[in-house]
Amino acid sequence: MAVQVKGEVLDIRRVGAYQVLSLTAPGISDIARPGHFVTLGIGGEESSMLLRRAFAIYQVQSRGVYGGTLDIVIGVHGKGTRWLADRRRHDAIDIVGPLGRPFILPKERVSCVLVGGGYGSAPLFMLAVQLRERGCRVDVVVGAATEEKLFGVLELKRVASTLTITTDDGSLGERGRVTDVLPDLMDRVDAAVVYACGPMPMLQRVAEVAEERQVYSQCAVEEAMACGIGVCMTCVLPVVGEDGVTRMLRSCVEGPVFRGDRVRWSDVGTIPADTLGAPVEGGR
Amino acid sequence: MSRAVISQGPLRGDEPVIEIDMSTDLAGIEMPSPVMTASGCAAAGRELDQFFDITSIGAIVTKSVMLQPRSGRATPRMAETPSGMLNSIGLQGPGIDHFIEHDLAWLSERGARTIVSIAGGSVDEYAKLATRLRIARGVSAIEVNISCPNVEDRGQVFACDPTLAANVIQAVKRHSEPRMPIFAKLSPDVTDIVSIAGSVVRAGASGVSVINTLLGMVINPDTMRPHLAGVTGGLSGPAIRPVAVRCVWQIRQAFPDLPIIGMGGIRSGMDALEFILAGANALSVGTAVFHDPSAPVRIHAELQRALVDRGFNSLSEAISYAHRPKDASPEVDDELDFISE
Repeated sequence: MAVQVKGEVLDIRRVGAYQVLSLTAPGISDIARPGHFVTLGIGGEESSMLLRRAFAIYQVQSRGVYGGTLDIVIGVHGKGTRWLADRRRHDAIDIVGPLGRPFILPKERVSCVLVGGGYGSAPLFMLAVQLRERGCRVDVVVGAATEEKLFGVLELKRVASTLTITTDDGSLGERGRVTDVLPDLMDRVDAAVVYACGPMPMLQRVAEVAEERQVYSQCAVEEAMACGIGVCMTCVLPVVGEDGVTRMLRSCVEGPVFRGDRVRWSDVGTIPADTLGAPVEGGR
Repeated sequence: MSRAVISQGPLRGDEPVIEIDMSTDLAGIEMPSPVMTASGCAAAGRELDQFFDITSIGAIVTKSVMLQPRSGRATPRMAETPSGMLNSIGLQGPGIDHFIEHDLAWLSERGARTIVSIAGGSVDEYAKLATRLRIARGVSAIEVNISCPNVEDRGQVFACDPTLAANVIQAVKRHSEPRMPIFAKLSPDVTDIVSIAGSVVRAGASGVSVINTLLGMVINPDTMRPHLAGVTGGLSGPAIRPVAVRCVWQIRQAFPDLPIIGMGGIRSGMDALEFILAGANALSVGTAVFHDPSAPVRIHAELQRALVDRGFNSLSEAISYAHRPKDASPEVDDELDFISE
């Protein structure tokens, strides 16, 4: 159950190529789970930017002087994220959350591998902590184009059994992609579950690597959203249901976390011919 | 009507909220509020019920449903534009049978007034949809989305042709329960929206919903191709509001008693007021819900406040008030005062 609250900016700080925004979020932080996200209204009440921006929840503090607070990670790549990055302490921001289906945690003490691309590592902290609390082994792989675009390396090092870093340019860790080192790592730690958050091509490869090993994968997707609450139907992708039928599912309410073997990664951005209700003709 | 004197401002400031009669009669549907959701912006109400009591507003207008399940178009399906957005969803939906069994049943159980929006690719499909709804419970009215291409006529959009539009409305009317209110949702992408309104009224429409989105397009500067997978999309949001107000005004001028649902970029009570003054009997709030999921209840409260501030004793007094003769009010100066706010 999501709520809409008026949050207040407590702090905004630069971390590498990103900004971490801390907000009061009464009623949201205490029920948020790893993989949940929030949407933020952009530009105030008279804004010409109508669409809310969605962010994975990075950290939460459910008690303290400010009541519940939460942190999100912002990568500036447009007018909306620029506006958010320009916020200052005490500014008000409209917050809706927690939204989406979170990561599913294993009941048993199994070995888990967490994979983050860029600031896709943000939701992995809460996840790693909760997995460790359940007695799971947690190994983490994070990667980005450059060292600057990695997020949260030090904190992950603290919570993970091992941390592997990759960069495309070799500026930190191994040169290459997270999915280059993933197969060996999964074999070495005998992974039972792999959790991933990052760009679609990375998720696709993670899901493939997991499936080759018959390992369960949980992938948090990033699709463009307008509302974040399930009413606009813009953030859909083709997902195979338990009945074997492909449907266009909303990543905001039926995701953002999907089983990797259910998503038709190669068909994202299309309507596969065997989708329920395909092909499309006319209408708007 | 009796008017409060605006300049003395007895109703201004932080005084307690004064309640006036906000009920409206929409072709026989009694609603406690003129504010409703807009088709395609509220799914079937369930998601928004988290944010406000959906039974407190005028009605939930459900997303246009077709006869069969439909996957919709490929992504990207939307683009943000200045004070608006473009969408090209392609009427994704579960089909009428699933809709009646799950969504309509839930709305009925929840006690929400429901206006069911239907869409088809042929006159026959609209007729079949009406037939299915005839035996369904919990339908307050039918809104006929005629901004669909006619698959039997080279994709000609029903709403853009007075004869095609009339054919659809006639078929829906003939197959619906006789007293069921039927609203034709009109497209602004026509030369003369009044003539289309006249055509659907003669075909049996109880009223009109004005307006649907305007056809628009965005080119992505990175790919240097159309941004939407569907190439073109429907423009909505405050950017289209003046167009929508103009359409409501023109139709009200031509049809003094026709029930009109006004919509197009309503985001505040002041926006809603414009539509009411222009002649709308009820309002649909669409894209604003994406920005603020509790927009319908907020807009209801803001509209009530705006009406009280202007000395109206009820919503119904304000409907079409902008059409009064120039010499009808002795308090022209006061009006100018608030118009300039």
